[in-house]
Amino acid sequence: MSESLPEPLPESQAEPLLQITELTTILGNPAQPLRVVDGLTLTLDRGETVALLGESGCGKSLTALSLMRLLPDSGRIVAGSVRLAGTELLTLTEAEMRQVRGGQLAMIFQEPQTALNPVLTVGTQIGEAVRLYQGAASEAVRSRVLTLLRAVGIPAPVQRLTEYPHQLSGGMKQRIMMAMALAGDPQVLIADEPTTALDVTIQAQVLRLLKSVQAKSGLAMLLITHDLGVVAETAERLAVMYAGQLVETAPVAAFFAQPLHPYSRSLLASLPDANQRSGRLLVIPGRVPPLDAQLSGCRFVERCPNAEPRCHQEHPAWRTLADGRGVRCHRVDELSIHPAPPLVVASANTTVDSAPTPAPAAITPETPTPAAEVQVPLLTMRGLQVHFPIYRGLLRRIVGHVRAVDGISLDLYAGRTLALVGESGCGKTTVGKGLLQLVPPTGGSVRYRGQELIGLSHRRLRAFRKDLQIVFQDPFASMNPRMVVGDIIGEGLHALRILPKRADRLRRVAELLELVGLDPEAINRYPHEFSGGQRQRLCIARALALDPRIIVCDEPTSALDVSVQAQILNLLKDLQEQLGLAYLFITHDLSVVPYLAHKVAVMYLGRVVEHGPVDEVLDDPRHPYTKALLSAVPVIDPTRRRQVIQLDGDMPSPRQPPSGCHFHPRCPEVMAICRHHYPVETRLGTKRRVCCHAVAAGLTD
Amino acid sequence: MIAYIVRRLLYAIPILIGVNLLTFVLFFVVNSPDDMARMHLGEKRVTTEAIQNWKAERGYDRPLLYNAEADGIARVTETIVFQKSIKLFVFHFGSSDAGRDIGYDISQRMWPSLAIALPVLVIGLVFNISYALLIVFFRATYLDWGSVVLLVAMMSISGLFYIIGGQFLIGKLWHLVPISGYDPGLNAWKFLILPVMIGVISGIGAGTRWYRTLFLEEISRDYVRTARAKGLSEQVVLFRHVLRNALIPILTGVVVVLPLLFMGSLITESFFGIPGLGSYTIDAISNQDFAIVRAMVFLGAVLYIIGLILTDISYTLVDPRVRLG
Repeated sequence: MSESLPEPLPESQAEPLLQITELTTILGNPAQPLRVVDGLTLTLDRGETVALLGESGCGKSLTALSLMRLLPDSGRIVAGSVRLAGTELLTLTEAEMRQVRGGQLAMIFQEPQTALNPVLTVGTQIGEAVRLYQGAASEAVRSRVLTLLRAVGIPAPVQRLTEYPHQLSGGMKQRIMMAMALAGDPQVLIADEPTTALDVTIQAQVLRLLKSVQAKSGLAMLLITHDLGVVAETAERLAVMYAGQLVETAPVAAFFAQPLHPYSRSLLASLPDANQRSGRLLVIPGRVPPLDAQLSGCRFVERCPNAEPRCHQEHPAWRTLADGRGVRCHRVDELSIHPAPPLVVASANTTVDSAPTPAPAAITPETPTPAAEVQVPLLTMRGLQVHFPIYRGLLRRIVGHVRAVDGISLDLYAGRTLALVGESGCGKTTVGKGLLQLVPPTGGSVRYRGQELIGLSHRRLRAFRKDLQIVFQDPFASMNPRMVVGDIIGEGLHALRILPKRADRLRRVAELLELVGLDPEAINRYPHEFSGGQRQRLCIARALALDPRIIVCDEPTSALDVSVQAQILNLLKDLQEQLGLAYLFITHDLSVVPYLAHKVAVMYLGRVVEHGPVDEVLDDPRHPYTKALLSAVPVIDPTRRRQVIQLDGDMPSPRQPPSGCHFHPRCPEVMAICRHHYPVETRLGTKRRVCCHAVAAGLTD
Repeated sequence: MIAYIVRRLLYAIPILIGVNLLTFVLFFVVNSPDDMARMHLGEKRVTTEAIQNWKAERGYDRPLLYNAEADGIARVTETIVFQKSIKLFVFHFGSSDAGRDIGYDISQRMWPSLAIALPVLVIGLVFNISYALLIVFFRATYLDWGSVVLLVAMMSISGLFYIIGGQFLIGKLWHLVPISGYDPGLNAWKFLILPVMIGVISGIGAGTRWYRTLFLEEISRDYVRTARAKGLSEQVVLFRHVLRNALIPILTGVVVVLPLLFMGSLITESFFGIPGLGSYTIDAISNQDFAIVRAMVFLGAVLYIIGLILTDISYTLVDPRVRLG
C-alpha cells in the first residue's frame, strides 16, 4: 500500500469535471472560528454520482454551500480550490459566479416545504430560472418550463404553472425544485438530502427520477445524505465525512463489503437491519468533538474502539490505498487485516458523555412476568374513529369530515411492542393521541384493563393518565425550554399528587435519570444544554416518571442520527424487558420495526390494511401497499434488494377518500371490485389480518 | 369569501352595541345630565331652574330608558337612550352641547385631517421601505450599523420634540412656511407641508427599524437561498422574492389604519391649528362636550372594525396561502 498526500486519486489523467482541493471553510467570529469544512479534497466526473455521507453537524451541507459560494453571512472560505470544468470558482467575481450557479452548478435543497417561495406561482419560479439562460421571449420560456415539468414527471403541467407551492404535495415540490435546478442545463447537480423530508414511496419515486435525469443528460451528481441505504442504491462512489474532514472515500460496493475507517464501520453496524432482529444494536459512544478546539490527534479518537496512544497525539494523514480507496486512519493497515474489529456493544446505561451508572435496580417492576400476561391484552382498541369536522359557509355548518382515523382495532400486551407503520398523513399519530384521549375519539372503544376510556370525564381520566404515557417525535420542541430537567420530569408526579414534596420528586427524578443512562447531576440543567439523543432520553424519563404500563412512542428516533437512534432503540428495548412495558411504536421507518416490535400494523388513509407478527409481515407481505412500502426502503445489501414497486401519485386526502378500497387508485394489483367495495378483513392463520380483495380471492401467489 | 365577510359584518353588530352601551353607561349613568349641566353652568350657585333649562335645550330632560308619560311608541323613543345612543347606529349624531350639528361638522373637518394623514402615511411608507431595503442590501456594513444607531435615536425622541423643533426651525427661524393655521382650498398646501414633513420624520425611526427586521427575517429563509442558487442577482432576489413576502405584514398593518386616517391626529392637529377631526376631539374633551366625544368614540369603533375586515380581505389578495372560509 502506498502512502501519498493529499491527492486521493493520483492516477486521474484528464482533469475531472469537478475538482475540489483542500477546501477549508470557517464559520463564526474570526477570533474563535469553527472549521466546519477542513481540507476537503474530492473529485467528480461526468455522469457520476458521488455520495457525501455523514451525520448531522459534520459539515456536509456547508461543503455544498461552499461549492455554490452561498455560505451564510458568517461563513468564509479560507483556503483551497474548486475547479469546475477547468475554471477556478473561488476567484470568480460575484457576477461571474452567478453565471455558474444554475448554469453549470445547480443545487436541490433538503426541505421542499420552505425552499420554494410561497407567494410566487410555480410557473414564475421556474420561469425566472429559465429566463436567465434563455432570452426573455415569454412563449419560449413557457414552453421550456413545460418541458422541464414533463421531464420531472409532473402530471398536468399546464395546470401546475399557475399553482402555488402550498397547493402541491412534498414529492411534487421536490420535483419542482429539480425542474428549477435543471433549467440551466447544469453539468453538476448538488442534491442536499433531497429525500430526507419525504416518505419512502415518494423517496423511491424521486431517487428513480434523479437517476433517469442523470442517465439522459450525463450530469454529475453530488448526493449529500445521512442514509446509507440511499447511498447504496444511487451512488457509484462515496465519501464519508466526520467533524469537517473526509475520513474515507471508496467505491460504493467496496465500501459496503469492507469499510476501512472505524467510524464507517461503526456507522454501518449501528443500522437496525433485518439481520439484527434479536440482540442489540451497536452504538458509537461519545459525540462529535467541538470544531472550534485545536484538535491535535485524530478527530474520532474519543469514540474509536481501536484507538491507541498515537491516535491521541498525531493527526492521521490522508492515505491513498492501492485500489484507489482513501482513508484517514493510523491503523488502517492492521485493521483491514482483521476485518471484524471488536466494536463496543454499549448497554443502554453506558452511553453518551454520561458517567457509567449502576445497574438500574432503582425501579422494580411490579408486573407479573410478561409470559403470564401475554394472553390478556392490557389495552384493546376496537373500531377507533377520530373524525375532524369541516365547517363551511355563513353559518359554519359541518359540510364533511376529515376521517383521520377511521376504524382501527389493535391490542397492546404487557412487555410487547406493536409497531404502527404508515406514511405521513395516514393518521398514525392521531391513533396514538386518540388512544391517550388527547384528542377525543368520535367513535369506537378503547378499553384499558377492561375500563372504557372514551367518554370519561377529565377528572376520571386522571386516574388512567399515570398508566398511559407518550414520547413525542421532536425532543427539541416537546420540552418547556424555561423549566429545568428536574421539574420537567417531575411535573407528572406533581400534577397527579403522587409525590407532592419537591425533595421526594427530585430523588425520584435522579433515579429515573440513571435508569435512562443520564447523569443525575443533570437535574438542574435546562433542555437546551443536551444533545438530541440525550433530550430524547429525558423525554423517555418523563414518560417513565409515573411508572406507566403503556407508552406511545410517536416516531421517537426520526429526528435523530443513526448512531443516536441505535442508543435510543436499545434503551427502549432494555426498559421494556426490565419494566414489562407495552409500547405502541409509531413510525414511518420500516427499518427500525424488526428490531423493536413483535407485531406490526400497516396503516393507509386512516385504516389498518395489514396486521400481524413482524417476521411474517416483513418477510411475506400480502397487501399490495405493504409490498410497495417494503420494496421502497433502500437496502444496502445488493443481494437482498428487491424490485421497487413504484407507486404513482400521492396519498389521497382523508377528506374525500377514494371509493371502494382506499388504495385502489395507486394499487398495481387493482381489480374491478376494488373500485366499489372496501375489502373486509381476511384472516391468514391465527395471527394475521389483511384487508384486500386480491388476498381474499386467493389471487396473490 | 362573501360568506366570511357577511359573518364578520354580523359579528360587528354586537361589538357596536357593546361600545354604545359602555359609552351610554359612562356618559349618562356615571356622569348624569345634571352633573353635565352643572359643569357647564359653573359649579356654584346654579339654580335647579337653570339646570332644567340647559337640559331641556339639549334634550337631556327625557327619562333614561322608559318614558311612562308618553304614549305608544314614544314611550320608547322619547328617551335619552333612544335619542342619544341608538340613533348613532344610523350615524345620526345630533347636535353638540354648543348647539352645532355634529354630522355636519364631521363632514367638514374630516378633509383637513385626511389631507395630513394620507400624505404622511404614503410618503412615510415609501421612504421607510426604501431606506430599509437599502440597509438590508448593505447589511453587516457600517451603513447598516450606523443606520440602526440613528433609527434607535430617532425612535427614542418624543414626537413633541419634532413638532416644536420643526416649528421653531422652519417656521420661526427660517420663515419658510407658517408655524400653524389653515386655509381651505388650494392655498392649504403651505400650511400642510410642515405637519406632513414632521409626521413622516417622527415615524422613520420605528417604521424603518421594523421593516429592516422583517426584511432580514425573510432574507434568511430557505427560498431566498434557492433563488440565489438559481443564479439570480441580489437586486432580483431582494425585489421579487424578499420584498413580495415582507410586504405581507407591512401591507396588512397599513390597511388596518386606512379607515382611521379620517379621524386625524390628536396632537399634530392641535399643535398646528388644523381644523380636522383630531383637534375637534381634543377641543370637545377640553370643553366637556360629551355629545361630540360620544360620536367620535362610536365612529372610531366603526372605522376600526371596517379596517380589520379590510385587513382580512387584503390578506387573501397578497398571500395565496390565505383563504377565508
